[in-house]
Amino acid sequence: MKILVGVKRVVDANVKVRVKSDGTGMDLANAKMAINPFCEIAVEEAIRMKEAGVADEIIAVSIGPQVCQEQIRTALALGSDRGILVETEDQAEPLAVAKIFKAIIEKEEINLVILGKLSIDTDNNQVGQMIAALCNYPQGTFACSAEIKEGKIEVSREIDGGEQTVLLDLPAIVTTDLRLNEPRYASLPNIMKAKKKPIDIIQPSDLGVDISSNLKTLGIETPAERSAGVKVESVAELVDKLRNEAKVI
Amino acid sequence: MAILVVAEHDNSSLKSGTLNAVSAAQQIGSDVNVLVAGSNSRAVAVSAAQLTGVVKVIHADNACYEHQLAESVAPLVAEFGKSHTHVLAAATTTGKNLLPRVAALLDVAQISDIVEVKSEDTFVRPIYAGNALATVQSSDSIKVLTVRTTAFADAATGGEAIIEDTDFGVEQASTKFLGETLSVSARPELTSASIIISGGRGMQDGENFVLLEKVADKLGAAIGASRAAVDAGFVPNDYQVGQTGKIVAPDLYVAVGISGAIQHLAGMKDSKVIAAINKDEEAPIFQIADYGLVADLFKALPELEELLTE
Ligand SMILES: Cc1cc2nc3c(=O)[nH]c(=O)nc-3n(C[C@H](O)[C@H](O)[C@H](O)COP(=O)(O)OP(=O)(O)OC[C@H]3O[C@@H](n4cnc5c(N)ncnc54)[C@H](O)[C@@H]3O)c2cc1C
Repeated sequence: MKILVGVKRVVDANVKVRVKSDGTGMDLANAKMAINPFCEIAVEEAIRMKEAGVADEIIAVSIGPQVCQEQIRTALALGSDRGILVETEDQAEPLAVAKIFKAIIEKEEINLVILGKLSIDTDNNQVGQMIAALCNYPQGTFACSAEIKEGKIEVSREIDGGEQTVLLDLPAIVTTDLRLNEPRYASLPNIMKAKKKPIDIIQPSDLGVDISSNLKTLGIETPAERSAGVKVESVAELVDKLRNEAKVI
Repeated sequence: MAILVVAEHDNSSLKSGTLNAVSAAQQIGSDVNVLVAGSNSRAVAVSAAQLTGVVKVIHADNACYEHQLAESVAPLVAEFGKSHTHVLAAATTTGKNLLPRVAALLDVAQISDIVEVKSEDTFVRPIYAGNALATVQSSDSIKVLTVRTTAFADAATGGEAIIEDTDFGVEQASTKFLGETLSVSARPELTSASIIISGGRGMQDGENFVLLEKVADKLGAAIGASRAAVDAGFVPNDYQVGQTGKIVAPDLYVAVGISGAIQHLAGMKDSKVIAAINKDEEAPIFQIADYGLVADLFKALPELEELLTE
């Protein structure tokens, strides 16, 4: 079985990002970048399947500028076998990303795609579902468990009211939620070994994909900030304030 | 042309998120249709028809929609979406699972989690866990949008829309529904509660949530949690509030033993009033709390319960 995982380069989850003063984007100069946390979980899940003997090869794909090779290298150090960088200057929109994935899935004859459910920068939560639509594959989104069973995959999904379990034919798309697994760290020897693993660099046009989008960002602004209120001295004062000042209880 | 709202329901009643999606749709245009896909779901179509401003309810009642799997419902929504200018659904796990699939079938973009309608083609949505708001314009022929439920009021009832049945069905053999475990609680639902009291890692274990429950009972409040509390197994995952959990905006949000990480704030900072109980006076939660109490929660919660009894 061949697994495709997506690894998106995003600002590290611990960095407090701010809007640029001219409102054209976020100020990411010198910010620490990392693999999107949900993508890390996707990589880990694929590695576990390989370790369990149900997967043979893991291909890690990133879409973006040359520097995204750093995130592919991390995925290789963690245990992916090879990488593909689809080079784009700007961040591609989800539909374009899904089209790129579809082209790779067909070219590489992929059986299972594991992606993060969302990336912590754009917060879209779209790509997996879009790939599933374009390929007419089943989708197991927001997965908190995923298990290969007799040529199918059983996925438990985190839903608003609790949990739902579905059984999907392969090929299928799975998107990860936070509790699917806890990703490992790459060991130093594996980081060294990863340097020798191959990364193909291709263009969207090599895959016949047009990445233009009908979405235009007109501006980005900082939301109205909440300011700190008052400290109360006792539980009694808290109850009094909530009752008589805020009038919410 | 009209706007299509995809109803969320459990085959017997309409979920509250649909009311918010309908009122977002009404801000875009006046002609709003609602699509109900389900099995033995007549009651849902009837309640959707009572929403003020809804012109027509399209009711697809078919065994293949029993669990509303995206694989079956997306082709249906895409088919009816073609004759609409916009397709909307609540940004719940159901809506997020479905609408990107619909958008890709229509070969258009999807805009996630809108919090404001600027015009029929321009919308505002949070990015970077709510650290920024992006204004996005779409030139697609059909705009597919998920709606942040806390940003739009509930649509009122009192309407009398027509119900039109369709036998459009999509059998999907490649996805099989195996089961669902839904939390049952006598308390209000997190996303529609007017008071929420949430516990974090500071609660130390699941049993201590009883302390929160006792206060919640006095207030008629729902109970929420931080990711740390869910990850530690104190409470089930559907309690999680935050960037990757539920987005809530009650009249009162009480954060107990929660530090106030940005990902948690992303889910609750639009609450009208925020109160926090934390023993660390430097905890970031105090920077956004209207009322902060620096105290040990194991002392404060029983006291709170007692004072609320009086
Ligand atoms: C990609 C990503 C997504 C995430 N999504 C979410 C999300 O959706 N929701 C979410 O909540 N988090 C999310 N997180 C996690 C988030 O970053 C924090 O780790 C988490 O919110 C911390 O939970 P906490 O405040 O309960 O725990 P801590 O940060 O450990 O805080 C515990 C607090 O309890 C206080 N405390 C301890 N004992 C007591 C006592 N006896 N009395 C009073 N106070 C006490 C401490 O002073 C401390 O402030 C996400 C993280 C990532 C990377």
